[in-house]
Amino acid sequence: MRKLVISVVLVNLLAACASEPKKESVAEAPAPAPVTKKAEAPKMAPAAPAKAAVDPLDDPTSILAKRSVYYPFDVAVVQDEDKPVVQAHAKYLSEHSNRNVRLEGNCDERGSNEYNLGLGQRRADGVKKMLELGGASAGQLESVSYGEEKPRASGHDEASWSQNRRTDLNYAR
Amino acid sequence: MVLRVLQGMAGLLLLMQTSMASAVLTIEIIGAGEHQIPVSIVPFGGDEKIAQSIHEVVTGDLLRSGLFRLVDPTGKSPHVPAEVSFPDWEVRGAEALAIGTVAAQGGRVEARFRLLDVVKQTELIAQAVSASENQIRAIGHRIADLIYEKLTGDKGVFSTRIAYVNRQGTKFSLIVADSDGHNEQVVLAQNEPIMSPAWSPDGSQLAYVSFETGHAVVYVQSLYSNQRRVLANFRGSNSAPVWSPDGKQMALVLTRDGSSQIYLARPDGSDIRRITFSGAIDTEPHFSPDGQYLLFTSDRGGSPQIYRMPVKGGATERLTFGEGSNFSPRHSPDGKNFLFAHLRNGRFYIALQDFQTGQMSLLTEGGWEKKPSFAPNGKLILFASEGRGRGILATVSSDGRVKQHMFTQSGDAREPVWGPYP
Repeated sequence: MRKLVISVVLVNLLAACASEPKKESVAEAPAPAPVTKKAEAPKMAPAAPAKAAVDPLDDPTSILAKRSVYYPFDVAVVQDEDKPVVQAHAKYLSEHSNRNVRLEGNCDERGSNEYNLGLGQRRADGVKKMLELGGASAGQLESVSYGEEKPRASGHDEASWSQNRRTDLNYAR
Repeated sequence: MVLRVLQGMAGLLLLMQTSMASAVLTIEIIGAGEHQIPVSIVPFGGDEKIAQSIHEVVTGDLLRSGLFRLVDPTGKSPHVPAEVSFPDWEVRGAEALAIGTVAAQGGRVEARFRLLDVVKQTELIAQAVSASENQIRAIGHRIADLIYEKLTGDKGVFSTRIAYVNRQGTKFSLIVADSDGHNEQVVLAQNEPIMSPAWSPDGSQLAYVSFETGHAVVYVQSLYSNQRRVLANFRGSNSAPVWSPDGKQMALVLTRDGSSQIYLARPDGSDIRRITFSGAIDTEPHFSPDGQYLLFTSDRGGSPQIYRMPVKGGATERLTFGEGSNFSPRHSPDGKNFLFAHLRNGRFYIALQDFQTGQMSLLTEGGWEKKPSFAPNGKLILFASEGRGRGILATVSSDGRVKQHMFTQSGDAREPVWGPYP
């Protein structure tokens, strides 16, 4: 009986997916990213092509390797210590208009699931706004919330909660 | 209040293990009501296995309500009125006696049962209840409802259903089950979160929030056909669906215009219009029984508290004050009180507040207790709790005296909501 119900649901799910092809606007992004902002580039023209192949996003020593910002309880404002991280990503996005990033807000479990969904959205929207102020365009950004539904750590203690109160910057591959 | 509850706990600690093939629950009942009606339920005559199954359901339901004390019928087993000797039951202290017979035929089971008043020596109910043979529990719930209604004067809720979300690691399922947690049916199973199930007033549909497309989208699904539709899929988060009592409109929460705000829509998703304009987080709307007001959670005053506003617009009123914050408001079916989750000093309590006096009372001792909802008769409250390190379902009687914990087989039970009368 249950198996039957599950399979019916799965079929529904597939049907739902098929009927709503939610395509990100990847195709519309200008493919080879014309680097318009590089005013200083001409000086060292010969070296440029080799360097350009290394995306700073893939450099583990870059500040861009930090993809999460953290918050105190029931706060959605990016904290001072995390502002340089967000600003670095804003700069990167402004220079790489073909890159898109999803901002995923998360919360600890102290609140109702619905309130936390709202709080996570507020956190993600806060990062989004800061990225836009830093030069990223709205079309590169999508903010969503997982509320308390996808905790990174599951304990009922500050050690877990502090990891769960965050916004992740999730770049589209 | 707390003292009374503790006394109740000393009075009765009961552990029931069920033996049905579909059984996945352990149920613990803690506490006892003040004025319990002593009643004896004699296992019915006829097919012994069926009779035993029905007996378990009826006695389990009556105990869980906290309003009955079960008088042991051992040694006497009348099945028809002619076999009843009232003095036998008076001696044992029973005020009411249920007897009957069961018979299975052609895939159906019929129970003929009677409820007798031991003191007045009269018959209170004589009724046949039948169902297909795979719905024996439904027969038990129906009989328990009839007994409950006759002896308490209130409508029984044992034949109603509940919905909740089960989380096992990264697997989420939306479950519909009987009011006692048995007979689980999987409505949706996936690897992304599911939140906030809500019943349509006629019990035929569930609205819920699913993250299957990567963000929170509100769906409405028929429990009969399993077909579903998107109610709201705007950018950001779409959540907190709830029906108006007449079923003609729904309230929900969207972030399409900024922070979480409350909107009204038709149940087909059309005619969406915003009704809060705070810029704060306004969420968890719930209609009053007359459909005129919405309770909701908002942090517009700094911390999350409970507010009320007329559905048609007008002055919004803050209802909760004092220490702590408050979430997930629900009107009582009679409209006189509202339930909510109260967070104070890191602990969640289930709380009840009287609209008229503004007086708040805590119904639980506190812990990780969230998302309360009333049974449709207002006498029992279902909520999410924690036990043995897992998320579990729990109920408490509306006077706070009797508690029940329902342990599902595995995973965390979350986001429960009690359904309407069938």
